[in-house]
Amino acid sequence: MKKAVLYINQFFAGVGGETEADFEPEIREGLVGPALELDKQLQNAEVTHTVICGDNFIGSNQEEAVKRILEGLEGIEFDIFFAGPAFQAGRYGSACGFICRAVREKFGVETVSSMHVENPGVLMFKKELYIAEGGHIAAKMRKDIKKMANIGDKLLAGETMLRAEAEEFFPRGIRHQFWPEEAKPAAIRAVEMLKKKLAGEEYQTELPIPKSDRVEIAKPVVDLSKARIALMNTGGIVPVDNPDKIQSASATRWGKYDISGMDHLESGVFKTIHAGFDPAAADADPNVIMPIDVMRAFEKEGKIGELYKDFYSTVGTGTTEAEARRMAQEIVVHMKEAQVDAVLMVST
Amino acid sequence: MVKEVEKAGFPVVILCNLIPVARSVGANKIVPTISIPYPLGDPATSKEEQYKLRRHRVEVALDALTEDIKEQTVFKVKI
Repeated sequence: MKKAVLYINQFFAGVGGETEADFEPEIREGLVGPALELDKQLQNAEVTHTVICGDNFIGSNQEEAVKRILEGLEGIEFDIFFAGPAFQAGRYGSACGFICRAVREKFGVETVSSMHVENPGVLMFKKELYIAEGGHIAAKMRKDIKKMANIGDKLLAGETMLRAEAEEFFPRGIRHQFWPEEAKPAAIRAVEMLKKKLAGEEYQTELPIPKSDRVEIAKPVVDLSKARIALMNTGGIVPVDNPDKIQSASATRWGKYDISGMDHLESGVFKTIHAGFDPAAADADPNVIMPIDVMRAFEKEGKIGELYKDFYSTVGTGTTEAEARRMAQEIVVHMKEAQVDAVLMVST
Repeated sequence: MVKEVEKAGFPVVILCNLIPVARSVGANKIVPTISIPYPLGDPATSKEEQYKLRRHRVEVALDALTEDIKEQTVFKVKI
């Protein structure tokens, strides 16, 4: 029987939530959390070990975490490596990607993960590993693991992978020789496509061009000492009563909060409502996310012209790209009216 | 979000911990922070040290606003 190893975060290992997110990497023999289901679903291998690491630990000490995990894996025999599923959790998704990349490079085994399409890990790693198209929340665990296991079984058996869409993983940008069932030469297929295009009918290109979504770099600030600077954050810093009722996760609302006359953000007056990390530090001192104190100092010293009287807040965890875009567009309207010159965004 | 802000013409710098994520989604000016729960001040250090670190990183970000960069840039921080 071939062997598999699964990487999961501290939450799914049952170690704890955000307060334990600094959990240092550990390799346990046997099945922990999602490893049980993966082992059940996987036909061509058994899961022998579970790697566990806190999302914050690997987020802030990526090289160290990867190094320790690779060292730990050295004595273990395995034929395939899994990570996740990571759903829409950005930190978890990128952690899965970094580990899979390193394991693949060092041990030469295939790696499989699962993420929701909006997980930034997809964009970062889809070319390097098999990322099954996953659900956005942990309720989709069983389905996501099934997909990971299916891909894993095929890889272990050395079977030919069909197109990414058919296997339900994100296209890796790799082209394979492929013999279409009807065995039509390319020229004929191309002319058929062209005829459909001319007739305004739907057709399926054989070579989709990935969309690139870069934004032109804005013109720099000429004179900081005259500039009005606004602060934004996705760390959920709000007045303690959260007047705009911004959601703690999957936010669809944002707020702007007046800081006129304040030389720092006072604990007990402001706090974070972000559900994606341990709030203790930011509640004790909200300036660690919204640095009003140092901005005021720079304003007094004349380094900047003015700190704009409102700062903008929302919560970034689980928030879809579409919602983030809409909220930013709404904020932009306000900033234009307020004649803001430049913006600093603090993201957690 | 920063992309929408920049699209609207505002110079913008993102201060964040997950640099690879900011890179891949296409933020143009990036300044690293020290962690997710406390981007600009480690509660395990003294208030003075936290302030010093915060002041330094915000200053790097402010200066980055004035930089005429031609491609995506992660600005270096000293503390």
